[in-house]
Amino acid sequence: MTIAANVLELIGNTPVVDVSSLSPNPDVRILLKLEGANPGGSVKDRVALSLIEDAERSGVLVPGATLIEPSSGNTGIGLAIVCRVKGYHLKVVLPANVSVERRQLLELWGAEIVESPGSEGSNGAVRLAQRLAAEHPEWTFLYQYGNPANPRAHYEGTGPEIWRDVPGVTHFVAGLGTSGTLLGVGRYLKEQNPDVEIWAVEPPSGEMVDGLRNLDDGYIPPIFEELGGEKLLDRKTVVGPRDSILWTRRLADVGIFAGISTGAAMAGAYRCAQQIESGTIVVLSPDGGWKYLSTGAWTGDIDEVTERAKKVIYF
Amino acid sequence: MSVEVRLPTLLRPAAGGAPSTSVEGATVGEVLRALEVAHPGLAGQVLTADGELHKFVNVYLNDDDVRYLDRLDTKVGADDVVSILPAVAGGAA
Repeated sequence: MTIAANVLELIGNTPVVDVSSLSPNPDVRILLKLEGANPGGSVKDRVALSLIEDAERSGVLVPGATLIEPSSGNTGIGLAIVCRVKGYHLKVVLPANVSVERRQLLELWGAEIVESPGSEGSNGAVRLAQRLAAEHPEWTFLYQYGNPANPRAHYEGTGPEIWRDVPGVTHFVAGLGTSGTLLGVGRYLKEQNPDVEIWAVEPPSGEMVDGLRNLDDGYIPPIFEELGGEKLLDRKTVVGPRDSILWTRRLADVGIFAGISTGAAMAGAYRCAQQIESGTIVVLSPDGGWKYLSTGAWTGDIDEVTERAKKVIYF
Repeated sequence: MSVEVRLPTLLRPAAGGAPSTSVEGATVGEVLRALEVAHPGLAGQVLTADGELHKFVNVYLNDDDVRYLDRLDTKVGADDVVSILPAVAGGAA
C-alpha cells in the first residue's frame, strides 16, 4: 500500500458497493459510489481541490490569499481542508439553517463563517457571496456554480473511475446542486457510450422559493447553461424529504451510513429501476451520515424528522 | 379532462391566492395555456410570447421535470398533477 504524501492525495478513487438487494427489479443492479470516503467526507473535496489547483495554475490564486465562497456545507468543508493544507484563508457564506456539524467542520479547519439568511437557501448564499466579492476585490472568488473546474473534477476523476470500475454502466443517477457532478460524469460517460442515461435528482425547493419575489430572481447555475446541461440530462426528477429519509434508513439496513442526499439519489435510482427492463445503475453518494446525526434522521419519528428536514438544508 | 395545477407562492396572487387550481387539457402545453386563459394575470409568467417555457420556470408532471419528458407535448392524465416552480439553486453545493 502506498503512503500518501499529504491528505489531499487521498481525494478520489472512492469505493463502489453493490446495493442491488434494494432494487425493485431483479434485472437491474444498483451500485453506490461512496464519496464519503474522501478525507473531508464528501464528493466536494474533488471540486475544492480542482477549483484551487486550477486557480493556482492560472495565477489567480497567490500564496496567502483569502478566498470567499457560498456553500451550504460540503464545498465549504472541502475548501477548508484544502486551504488549511495549502495555507490559504477561507470565508464561507453559509445559510443559517445548515446542520450544526457543518459549522463545526468548517471551524475546525479554520474557515470563517459568514451567515446568509436561512429563508433564502443556497440562492441567498450565492447572492451575498457575489456582493461581498464585488466589495472586496482583494479576495479570490472561485464561484463553484460558474467555474468549469467544478465539472472538470468529475470529468477527469469521478467519471473515469466509474467507467473503470463499472464498464457496464447503463444509467448514472446523482443529485442536482451546482450540476457539476452530472455535467462532468455525464459528459465523460456519454463519450464512452452515448447510450448511458443521465438522471438528475432534484431536492424540493420548498421554503426557499417562498422568498422569491419574482421569477427573474430564479437561478440556473452558469455552468449548467454554458456546458449544455439541458441536452446532457435524460431525466430530472424531484425527491422530497420524506422519501429521502426513508431511503437513507433503507441504506442503513444494508449497513451503509450515508447522508440524506444519498437517500434522495437512491429514491431516484429506485424510480429508474422500476421503469427500465434491465441495466446497471451507478448512484453517486455525496457524503456519509455523520453530518446529519443531529437531525435524528435514523432514529426519530419519521413525521417529525421530515418536518425538521424541511427546515434544514440537507441536500 | 380536468388536471390539478399547483402554483408557487409568487404566482398565487394572479390566481386569486389559491395554492392550486384545475384546468382542462390533454398535454402540459394545453394545461398551461388554459391556465393563462383562466387567470389572465399569469399570462407571460409561465410561457413566453413564443409559447415556450419561461427560462426560470420548471414545470413538473408529478415528480418529473417536463423539459426532460416531451416538454409542452407531454401527455397528462386524469390523476396527474402539474406543478409549477421557479428554478432555484440546489442544495449541497
